[in-house]
Amino acid sequence: MPWIDACATDDVDEEDVIRWDHGDATFAIYRSMDGAFFCTDGLCTHEQVHLADGLVMDNEIECPKHNGLFDYRTGKALRAPVCVNLGTYETKIENGRVFVELSE
Amino acid sequence: MADVVGHSSLERDYSLTGTRSRHAVEVGLAAAEWYHSDVPRKTLKALMKRRDGPAIRDTFIWIALHFVLGAGGIYFWGTWFSVPFWFAYGVVYGSACDSRWHECGHGTAFRTRWMNDVVYHIASFQIMRNPVNWRWSHARHHTDTIIVGRDPEIAWMHPINLVLKALAFVGIYDTWQSLKVLFRNAFGELSDDEREYIPVSEWNRAHFWARIHVAIYMVVLVSVIAMLVSGSGWASLIPVLLIGGPRVYGCWHFVMTGLLQHGGLAEDVIDHRLNSRSLYMNPVSRWLYWNMNYHVEHHMFPMVPYYSLPALHEELKDDLPSPNTSIWDAYREMMGAVMKQRNDPTYAIRKELPPTAKPYKEDLHLSVPERKD
Ligand code: FES
Repeated sequence: MPWIDACATDDVDEEDVIRWDHGDATFAIYRSMDGAFFCTDGLCTHEQVHLADGLVMDNEIECPKHNGLFDYRTGKALRAPVCVNLGTYETKIENGRVFVELSE
Repeated sequence: MADVVGHSSLERDYSLTGTRSRHAVEVGLAAAEWYHSDVPRKTLKALMKRRDGPAIRDTFIWIALHFVLGAGGIYFWGTWFSVPFWFAYGVVYGSACDSRWHECGHGTAFRTRWMNDVVYHIASFQIMRNPVNWRWSHARHHTDTIIVGRDPEIAWMHPINLVLKALAFVGIYDTWQSLKVLFRNAFGELSDDEREYIPVSEWNRAHFWARIHVAIYMVVLVSVIAMLVSGSGWASLIPVLLIGGPRVYGCWHFVMTGLLQHGGLAEDVIDHRLNSRSLYMNPVSRWLYWNMNYHVEHHMFPMVPYYSLPALHEELKDDLPSPNTSIWDAYREMMGAVMKQRNDPTYAIRKELPPTAKPYKEDLHLSVPERKD
């Protein structure tokens, strides 16, 4: 399982999210209020809208299209219209960079 | 193309399972990429920020008004003084519920999730909407706003029936329709359209909530009968004036504001500036309506809570057509267009954009059957 260099820690504001594209896939990278980093699939499981345009509140990301809600730490779908969980990926920080662990 | 547009040139197939629905999917009008004004991420983040304070304040006032006005109506029962109390109670119950239902359905009114859910359920009950069905229908309304065959919430369907529209202001027909849906759902039935936009996993919840609503209405009915039998006379109407009745006698304000949202504007477009209307309103109407008069802004950025819509409006106004100046001004514009649409449903208001605005996004417009000729 390779660790991929995704972005600099400074690229993501506290309590915010950015888009990260890798190969054919797209992801969302989050920074929580306490400075931890998380990574999920980029597209909402309801209608494939990118979550990077959404709102991060506490440990949740709200989808910009219909306000569906996920826990970005676990990917769990929390509020309709989202019913299907998001995929999540391990992250680690090294030398001010965020690395994401992706399967081959 | 007659089969696509309906039985006559005035009719369209608005069902979510018909030819028009399939056509919208085929040409890409369904779940399309819509136009959005550019707003810097930092600004948008600030506008999207949630707080509990404004909605707690407004909900407290809203609930207090129910008690004060309802108590006044009962206290003065049998005199003309009770009429203004019932009139105001009706609007606070039967009209303000629409905006509370809407905003809490989006989950944007309160920062705290359970508060949104509680108010959502109260308001859904008041407006006689199954809280499950309407959550999904409204999601579809945002994905495919006024796309024929996709949007289940199109208020102005062609051919336009002005008698039904006028009747909506007294709510009798709509209430009857809403009750029929609630009873149908309570008996475990969903229509083809409901099955189309509600996921299977939610069907049981839709039945459950319909049963709760119907059970409360049954209690109201039994109370009325019990009071009648015990000789309370006209006062036996009080339970229904308090619960359920305001959906009829107090709905006029939400119907008045709701019809303006998309009336006279275009169907089958992918730019909210062409199919939604923003307007300025008096402060009482804005409070009842929770600022949904900024409707283009709401559709472009549904994550912005109602109390930040005026600020969003300021941010976007150079990219949007100028708002109508009042409810009256908007009705004049809308009804002029509606009268034309009665003979020509392809007619739609096309507002002039300010010179600072980006042009309308119209790339898919010629895929619509009526626009081909
Ligand atoms: S696309 Fe995310 S909630 Fe609908």
